[in-house]
Amino acid sequence: MDLIESYREELQLIRKPWTRVWVGGLVLALILLPLYCPEATVYVATIICIYAIGVQGQNLLIGYTGQISFGQAGFLAIGAFTFGHLARLGLPWPACLLAAGVAAGLFGIIVGFPSLRLKGPYLAIATMGFGIAVYQVLVNSELLSGGRMGLSVPKIDPLFGLSRITFNYYFNLAIALLFTLVSYNIISSYMGRAFIAVRDNDIAAEVIGVNLTHYKLLSFAISSFYTGIQGGLYALLIGYLEPNMFTFMESITLFVAVIVGGLASIEGAIMGAAFVILVPQFFSAYKEMVPVVYGTAIIVLLIFQPLGFAGIWMKTRLYLRNWPFR
Amino acid sequence: MERFFQYAISGLSTGAVYALVALGLVLIYRSTRILNFAHGDVTTAGTFVAFTLLAFNVPFVVAAVLALLFGAVLAMAFYFSILVPAQRRDATQLGQIILTLGLGLILQGLIAYFGGTEPQSFPFPLSEYTIYKVGGIIVSQLSLGTLAAGLIAAFLFYLLVQRTRLGLAMRATSENLPAAQTLGIPTRRILALSWGLAAVLGILAGLFLAPALLLDPFFMLEPFLKGFAAAILGGLNSLPGAIVGGLILGVAEALTGGFVSIAFKNTLAFVVIIVVLLLRPEGLLGEEFKERV
Repeated sequence: MDLIESYREELQLIRKPWTRVWVGGLVLALILLPLYCPEATVYVATIICIYAIGVQGQNLLIGYTGQISFGQAGFLAIGAFTFGHLARLGLPWPACLLAAGVAAGLFGIIVGFPSLRLKGPYLAIATMGFGIAVYQVLVNSELLSGGRMGLSVPKIDPLFGLSRITFNYYFNLAIALLFTLVSYNIISSYMGRAFIAVRDNDIAAEVIGVNLTHYKLLSFAISSFYTGIQGGLYALLIGYLEPNMFTFMESITLFVAVIVGGLASIEGAIMGAAFVILVPQFFSAYKEMVPVVYGTAIIVLLIFQPLGFAGIWMKTRLYLRNWPFR
Repeated sequence: MERFFQYAISGLSTGAVYALVALGLVLIYRSTRILNFAHGDVTTAGTFVAFTLLAFNVPFVVAAVLALLFGAVLAMAFYFSILVPAQRRDATQLGQIILTLGLGLILQGLIAYFGGTEPQSFPFPLSEYTIYKVGGIIVSQLSLGTLAAGLIAAFLFYLLVQRTRLGLAMRATSENLPAAQTLGIPTRRILALSWGLAAVLGILAGLFLAPALLLDPFFMLEPFLKGFAAAILGGLNSLPGAIVGGLILGVAEALTGGFVSIAFKNTLAFVVIIVVLLLRPEGLLGEEFKERV
């Protein structure tokens, strides 16, 4: 949408002064959120921050690299349970969180191997198989899942005299902002270009000199690293884990977030995460209707606005920028 | 040895159900290259229709036929009202798969809303508790009926595809869509019919599964995923492969459950998916698929 004249400009995170203003305003509003919102809202915002990380990761995989995955719940579970077990052993939380991401990332590489030979529908089924296999293993192994009572995870004590909910919010917001920044940097670097090239035409990408094996696996690794971090943070927030949090439905929810938010868009990923968290909140009286809303959103958006919320957002911005001319 | 045959025969009857589910998936995949993620939910919807009709004392056969019709109409309506407009707007293949996922989610929510999430038992003319004993092997009336229904449906389906003009048109459409159009085959109607037939096969499987499991909005999820595994095992674009894959998967599952560990029984299908895709992505009977630039 922008005319970019130099490589330096392309690498810039924010190009227009006005964008700087509203992004700054948005971040400020997020930081001040606990001051003007009830605690329930702050808690929901915390969960959105956590989900935004995982959805961004999956968007790097689905939207940018074009490799479909229906098995995100598997990575989520691996991240969460790695975090839980290590935290119970008494490791400090940064080490646990890193281990959660790395463990999920390693499994991501393993699952990525079929992606070297499989395309589209076949890959969807392979990843779906992985996600459900992880769930089944957890259900059947009391050692891993912590048994019938679930696995309780020690929480971290709030610092600076903040209440637990406010502290959790700032903690997760900071990590989510960090990961958002990392995602923007990934997509504007060589790595991101390679991902996009693989998505648009993998054979042409290979001819130009993108190492296909390397970048496909890297994309899986990064995306599942993000998802593992999401799992770890979720475990830390909830303080309790059981296999039933990681069913096939959870994979679908993350997938819906990517599609509804908009493929190949970081802002879209954040909006998608907000969507899948807010819909169950608004429809808490009609829990059965949540999948109906998800499904309708997918169908309507895919037919009328394939770029999702991010597409609507981009069109609005273009319209406002040129207003009153069209 | 007797235990082996006992497990094998019960595996065959489960396998017949998987084969029916897989047939529906393969039928759609090979004609439109779409993986139908709504297959399980269409099946559940159809079974709930039969259940509701049975509650009004409608005779079983009538209820079953109406349920099958309902599923067929639902699938065709989805094809005409959602897939065709999406194709007109140049939806990608992946986009169309996601559309079926959307339909699945909608149906799942509606079934849970109207049908309730409580597991209910499904009245069925064949009983699970009437058993026959043949040479030391025990077979229940229900599993015998399931096996028979699966094999008969598969045979009728074979006759339809291989021996009728309609089947010829279906094969032509899946082989080469533009060429079939050029030859005057109404491909859109044929594809809609394929969607309807696939739903009929799925609901048939659902009707035989519901009495064995309890009926709730998610009762088809696992058989549906196993049907996927069976379709992959046999080859996603091969109709005989779906039947063979279903039967093999059913028997393998029963044997694993009996001889290895009951906990591993459900995981087997997903291991099968991953292993088959890694070693032989085209499946047992599928054709070699090649990527051309």
